[in-house]
Amino acid sequence: MKRPLFIIFKERAIEGALLLCALSSIFITLSIVFILFYESFGFFKDIPLWEFLTGTQWTPLFAQPKFGILPLVCGTLLVTGIAVLVALPIGLIVAVYLSEYAPHKIREMAKPILELLAAIPTVVYGYFALLFLTPILQKFIPDLSGFNALSPGIIIGIMIIPYVSSASEDSMRAVPMQIREGSYAMGATKFQTAFRVIIPSAFSGIAASFIIGISRAIGETMVVAIAAGMMPSLTLNPLKPVQTLTAYIVGVSLGDLPHGTLEYKTIFAAGITLFLMTLFLNILGFWFKRKIREAY
Amino acid sequence: MGFERNPFEEIRKRIAQNKLRDHLFWILGFFSTLIGFVVLFTLIIDLFIDGFPRLSWSFFISYPSRFPEKAGILSAWVGTTLVMVVTAVTAIPLGIAAGIYLEEYGKKNWLTHLIEINMNNLAGVPSIIYGLLALGLFVYFFKFGESILTGGLTLGLLILPMVVTSTRESIKSIPNSIREASYALGATKWQTVKDHILPYSMGGILTGVIIGLSRAIGETAPIITVGALTFIAFLPSPPLSPTFPFISFQWLFDPFTVMPIQMFNWVSRPQKEFHLNAAAAGIILLVMTLVMNGLAIYLRYRFRKRIKW
Repeated sequence: MKRPLFIIFKERAIEGALLLCALSSIFITLSIVFILFYESFGFFKDIPLWEFLTGTQWTPLFAQPKFGILPLVCGTLLVTGIAVLVALPIGLIVAVYLSEYAPHKIREMAKPILELLAAIPTVVYGYFALLFLTPILQKFIPDLSGFNALSPGIIIGIMIIPYVSSASEDSMRAVPMQIREGSYAMGATKFQTAFRVIIPSAFSGIAASFIIGISRAIGETMVVAIAAGMMPSLTLNPLKPVQTLTAYIVGVSLGDLPHGTLEYKTIFAAGITLFLMTLFLNILGFWFKRKIREAY
Repeated sequence: MGFERNPFEEIRKRIAQNKLRDHLFWILGFFSTLIGFVVLFTLIIDLFIDGFPRLSWSFFISYPSRFPEKAGILSAWVGTTLVMVVTAVTAIPLGIAAGIYLEEYGKKNWLTHLIEINMNNLAGVPSIIYGLLALGLFVYFFKFGESILTGGLTLGLLILPMVVTSTRESIKSIPNSIREASYALGATKWQTVKDHILPYSMGGILTGVIIGLSRAIGETAPIITVGALTFIAFLPSPPLSPTFPFISFQWLFDPFTVMPIQMFNWVSRPQKEFHLNAAAAGIILLVMTLVMNGLAIYLRYRFRKRIKW
């Protein structure tokens, strides 16, 4: 039986429309890449790429501006490093606990509550870092300045625990039961099984979750914009104020930003640096994720 | 050597040691999981202690002000509401349609594969990059200006991958027998999707949409980048007008501020009194996020329980 022509036509039209919607995501990616390259191209016409990559001072708003991205990259890496030191160990321990130890009820309760940590608006975390955590830390570390890298780093670390723990746990639970039972049959404890059998088997998934967490920490904006200060400085001292790539973009956007000026273009130059850093991590994470599928 | 003299004793000691380590890790794991809860709890308590006294009717119906005790969040919550309307109108239909295409229509070819990889990558792009995209594209290229429309579209693009993913996951869980039954009765593909696939996957889609919108409400960075103002003492034009044609879309092009930006503005001021206002705004943001996420968790739970294929 053949369908009437207009029905065939309608089906085709609907499929076409749905395809267009799916293609919109490609359009978004292309626009991101185009806009970042286009606007920063104007920037790199005035500022040589070499100076941008190796300069140790970032003072675009001074009378004699200097455009070295290193202080911003350094600030970003410092805050991310602190966050990683908090999130990776705790996230991994939580994942092992929830996947291997915790009774069913605790796991079912803990997962949604942990995920809430990633759902809370980051500006609220910024408030918490600046007005709660920093004053407490100052009691123990008298040298800590009011704006510093330490406090937002710790808070971002706690914020990304669910990204690390949830994906790691999923990949540990995907390890087949026989492997666990084989280990128990040899007389190994849960602890030995988890660390010598399960974690090596689930390595790709755990690595992917770590990388996604790091990429989140690099892109995090409001916590650092509020609590880390707005001072671009080339330092690895977590007690001093720093500025990250993201915080710089926010800081400049807050002021009046005439279109087309060099100042306007600097945020795109900072943006493309950030974009390339996270893109690299996302691709690496994607590569690890693909390896999971090959495992069993 | 001890081992030769008393082998059992040595083995027993080892077993005891291993068991002790096992128990210690159990405790460590439990307390590490608790860290998350403790931080969440402390954060909520801290906000309530600071901000609760500021929550009053006048806080909701006042504009921001130089005087902290007179300042309120009227323009902020109206702005957030309107921006969310634009975000929902953009992201929900677009995301559901894209999800349907990828699950039901897309053949396994390079194009579908490319869209999938791309969607994964978009989900990992920092939100502030979306702000830069919107600044270049919506503000200066399409000339929408620093308006509610720009803000809403920006957040719409930001949560698009979340809507697409949740749509796909919940469509994926529908067994093929449902589709085949529908085709056997002579339904076309679109009829099958519209009358069976979509209604059955609504629960999962709704969960994803709510979580996406709750994330959009709290997003600050991209909205600052597109140039939302931090001090707005007026409301956008009303959507209804007394004269013909009675509905006005002028509000789409009005300048705006949103709740998280208002909070950011107050946190960044040195005076302690403004920090209290920030805490009060934070309570409202937090309550909205928690309620929306709670609703999503509840819906997920309900639908998982009710539908048994």
